[in-house]
Amino acid sequence: MSTPLIEIKDLRTYFYVKAGTVKAVDGVNLILERGVKLGLVGESGSGKTTMALAILRMIKPPGTVEGQILLDGVDLIKLSGEEMRKTRLGQIAMIPQGAMNSLNPVARIRATMAEGMIDHGIRLSKEEMNKRIANLLEIVELPAKVAKMYPHELSGGMKQRVTVAIAISLRPKVLIADEPTSALDVVIQRQVMETVTRLVKELDLSMILIGHDMGLMAQSVDKLAVMYAGKLAETGDIRDMFSDPLHPYTQALISSLPALGKRGVFHGLPGIPPSVINPPIGCLFCSRCPKVIPSVCAEQTPVLREVKPGRWVSCHLYKE
Amino acid sequence: MALLMELRNVTKTFGGGVTKTMALDDMTFGVEADFPHIVTIAGESGSGKTTMMMLLLGFYEPTLGSVLYNDVNIWKMTHSETRDFRRNVQAVFQDPFAVYNPFYKVDNLLSIPIKNFKLANSKKEARQLMENALSRVGLRPEETLGRFPHQLSGGQRQRIAVARALVLNPKLLIADEPVSMVDASLRATILKQIRELNQDLRIPILYITHDLTTAYHVSDYILVLYHGSVMEAGDVEQVIRDPKHPYTKLLVNSIPWPDPSHLWGEAVEAVTKKVRAEHAGCKFADRCPHVFDKCLESKPPLYISSETMLKSTVGHAAACYLYEGANMLEKDQNLITLFHQ
Amino acid sequence: MKGFWDYVKRNPSFGIGLMILIGLLLFSGAGRLFVDKKLAYEQTASLNVPPGKAHPFGTDSLGRDLLAIMIYGTGMTLQIGAIAGGIGLGVGIVLGFVAGYYGGLFDTIVTSVIDVYMTVPSFLVLILIATTFSHVTLGVTEMGLIVAFVSWAGSARSIRAQVLTMRERPFVMMAKLSGMGSFEIVMKELVPNLLPFLVMSLSQAVYGGIMSSLGLEALGIGSRRQPTMGMTLFYVNYYSAFLLGLWWWILEPVAVIALTLTSLVLISMGLDEIANPRRRRKV
Repeated sequence: MSTPLIEIKDLRTYFYVKAGTVKAVDGVNLILERGVKLGLVGESGSGKTTMALAILRMIKPPGTVEGQILLDGVDLIKLSGEEMRKTRLGQIAMIPQGAMNSLNPVARIRATMAEGMIDHGIRLSKEEMNKRIANLLEIVELPAKVAKMYPHELSGGMKQRVTVAIAISLRPKVLIADEPTSALDVVIQRQVMETVTRLVKELDLSMILIGHDMGLMAQSVDKLAVMYAGKLAETGDIRDMFSDPLHPYTQALISSLPALGKRGVFHGLPGIPPSVINPPIGCLFCSRCPKVIPSVCAEQTPVLREVKPGRWVSCHLYKE
Repeated sequence: MALLMELRNVTKTFGGGVTKTMALDDMTFGVEADFPHIVTIAGESGSGKTTMMMLLLGFYEPTLGSVLYNDVNIWKMTHSETRDFRRNVQAVFQDPFAVYNPFYKVDNLLSIPIKNFKLANSKKEARQLMENALSRVGLRPEETLGRFPHQLSGGQRQRIAVARALVLNPKLLIADEPVSMVDASLRATILKQIRELNQDLRIPILYITHDLTTAYHVSDYILVLYHGSVMEAGDVEQVIRDPKHPYTKLLVNSIPWPDPSHLWGEAVEAVTKKVRAEHAGCKFADRCPHVFDKCLESKPPLYISSETMLKSTVGHAAACYLYEGANMLEKDQNLITLFHQ
Repeated sequence: MKGFWDYVKRNPSFGIGLMILIGLLLFSGAGRLFVDKKLAYEQTASLNVPPGKAHPFGTDSLGRDLLAIMIYGTGMTLQIGAIAGGIGLGVGIVLGFVAGYYGGLFDTIVTSVIDVYMTVPSFLVLILIATTFSHVTLGVTEMGLIVAFVSWAGSARSIRAQVLTMRERPFVMMAKLSGMGSFEIVMKELVPNLLPFLVMSLSQAVYGGIMSSLGLEALGIGSRRQPTMGMTLFYVNYYSAFLLGLWWWILEPVAVIALTLTSLVLISMGLDEIANPRRRRKV
C-alpha cells in the first residue's frame, strides 16, 4: 500500500476569544489516498470549512493550527510562509464557497485565469498562455470563447466551471471543493459535478468535497467522513456508510433523508447542534443521541477507532 | 368545488422593452377550501414559482388576469375583506433569519398577529397560545421566548415560524423553501410539522421548492414550472417515478438521491442548441432532445395521460406535443381539476 | 451600556470623535463661565496683541480677545451646524420614508426635486438666498435656517435608498401578513432598524451644514458682528493677517474648525459598523 497522499494527524484549530476557546476542529485524524474522492460532510458548526482552511493554513489569529498535515510526507504546518504560498494552488487547490461570485468582475476570464499561474512564477509567452488557458477550458467543458468574456456574461454553471479551471491550472495533487454547487440548479449541479469527477479521474487528482448534501455525496465520492462539533464521528466507504452506518449521528442523519419509497415517513433528530465554545468533556452528541449510555457518554470523550477494516467510528458503543 | 384562492389567466412581466421578462405566463390555478392537500410548485430559478407565491400573497400585482380570494379580486377589496384575506392566507419563508426584525424579540413574530387578528382575549391567553404552539413544534417556551433572533439557531427560528402558522390556523399556507436553509438533521422535523399542519388542522399547503427530494417526501401533488409555464402536473409519486415531460425527465434524472446504489443514470441529452430567434412555441424547445417543428409554432396545451403508472384517479398531465391526441385541459380550465380526475 | 463600551472599543474612531466633540462643547460651555461675552466683540481690547499673560489667545485687528472669540464662536458654529443638520435631517427623514415606502407619484416628485437640487451647485443657491436676506441682520439662527435649505436633499436621498432596500425584506412581508398597516410598519419596523443610519446621517448633515456656513461666512455673507469661526476667517483675510504675521489669529480658528469637522467625520465613520447593514456582523 503506497503512502497516502494526505495524512492529517490530530489537527486542532482553536480560536482564543474573550468568551473562551472555540474548538472549531478538535483532534481530527484523516487519511486521503491518491486518486480518491473524499466527502467531508457536516452541519453548521461542524468545523468542515474551518478544517479546509486549516489544511491550507489560511486560518488567521486569534485562530491557531496545531497537529500535523502531511502532504506526501511533508508537514505543511512546518513550512515557511513562502513555501506554503507555493503549495497553495501548486499542490493543493481550493475552490472556496461562493467562488463563482468572487471572480473579478472587471477582468476577462483569461486574465483572471492567467493571474494564478503568473503569481506562481509561470512565465509563458502570450501565445503559450492562451493555449494553456484554452486547454484548461476544454478540460472543464467550456467553449474556448469564454476566455475573452466577462463574468457577468456567464451563467452560474459556467462561472463555477471557470473556478474549477483556475483551481487545476497548475496541476495540483489535491482539489478541495467547498460547497461548489450550492447555488446551482439541480440540472446544472449534476453537469458540473460530473465534469469535476471526470476530470479528477483523468488528471489523477485526489479530491475533498465539503458539503452538507448527503445526496450529492452519495453520487460523487468514494469515501465519506462525517464531522460533528469539530470532531470526526465516522469515516468509511460511501456505500458502507449508507447501508450500514455505525455512529448514531450518521444513522440519524441517513434515516432522516428522503428516499424513493419512503414517502411521508419523517425521522427527525431532536435537539440543536452544540456550541463549540469551551466544549465539555465527553461525547458532544450525547444530549441528542438515541443510544446514549448513561454516565459513560457524558464523562468520557470517545476516540476515533477502526472497528472494522476501513471503518473508523468515535463512539462508546463500539469496543475495540 | 369552492375555490379559496385563484389565479385566473394571470401573467406577470417585469421590466419593459429589451429587458422584459415574463415571469408567469397565463396561469390559471386555484386552491380549494375543502381539499386540504399539499401541492408542490416545483421549478428551478426563473421558473416563476416565487412569482406565483408573491402574486398569491398580494405582494405583486398581476400584469394581466386577476388574483381572487373567495371570488373577490384582492386588488379591489374593501378594508374588511382585505383584513380577512390577510388573516387567512399565511406563509413560511425561506430564510430563517430574515423574517425577524433583529430589533425585537422573537416573541413578536407570534404576539403581533395574535394581537392584530384578535386571536386571544387577554395577555395571559395569548401567552398560553404561544406556549402551546411552541411545544407542538418541539421547542421549549422558556428557552425561546424572550430571546432575540441572533440568540437562536436557524432550526429554532424556522420552527417558530411554523408555530406562528399553527397559532394563526389559516385557510391557506404557502411555504417557500422552508427547509433549504436549515441543517439536514432538522429538516425532517420541520417537514413533519408542516405535514401535521396539513393533516391535523386540514390546512391546504402550497410547497414551493426546487428540491424534488423534499417535495417527494412531504407533498401529495406537484406542478412543474419552467420559465413561467406549467410543464407537468400530477400525483407526486407518479410524476417523479414516471415523468412524462422531457424537462421533468431531465430534472428527475439530476436528483442526487442519497443512495449510492441509485446513481445518476444515463445522462439525458441536455441539448443546448442556440436559440432560434424568438418563437411562440414551447418554452423548452431550445433544450429539448425530442423537439420537432410543431413545438416552435405554438405552446402545447396540457395533455392528460390515460395510462398512469399508479392507476390512480389523479390525472397526470404534460404540456408536450409528444402526447398529442390525448385529452387535454381546456385553455381556461383550472389546473386543480386535474387532481380530481 | 456595556454594549456601548464594547462598540466603542471596536470602533475607536467613534470614541475619539465623540471625545473631541464633547471636548469642544465643554470648552465652549464651561469657558463661558470664566470669560465675559462682550470681550468677543470689537474694541474691548488692544489691537493685534500676540498671546501672552493678559490675553492667552491674543487679540485681533478689531480689538477682540481671541480666547473669548474661540469660546463663544465655537458654540455658535456648532449651533449653526445643529440647526442646519437637525432641520435637514428632519425634512430628509419625512420625505425619505414617505417617498421610499409609499412610492408612486409622491416618490417621483420627490426624487425629481432631489435630483435637481443636487445638480444645482448648492453654494450658489446659498449665496442667492443669503443675499436676498441681506437687508435683515443675520444672526446665528438665521444662518442655520439658510444653510438648512440645502442640507435636506442628501439625507432624503440616502434615507430613501435605505428604505427601498428594507421594504422588500422578508420581515416587512411578515409584518404585512401579521396585519400591520403601512404607517405602523414604517414606524415600528423600519425606523428602529435605521436608527444607527439616521444618527450617522445626522453627523453628516451637521458636517455639511458647518461647511456651507463656513463658506458663506468666509465670503462675508453672514452675521458680521457675531464671532463665528467663519466670520473670523473672513476678518483674517480682510485685515491681511498673513501679511501682518498675526499667526495666532489664523491658527486658532483653523484648529477649532479642523477639530470640529474631524470629530464629526470620525463619529460618522465610527458608526459605519452598525449603520451600514452590509458590514454588520452575521451571527
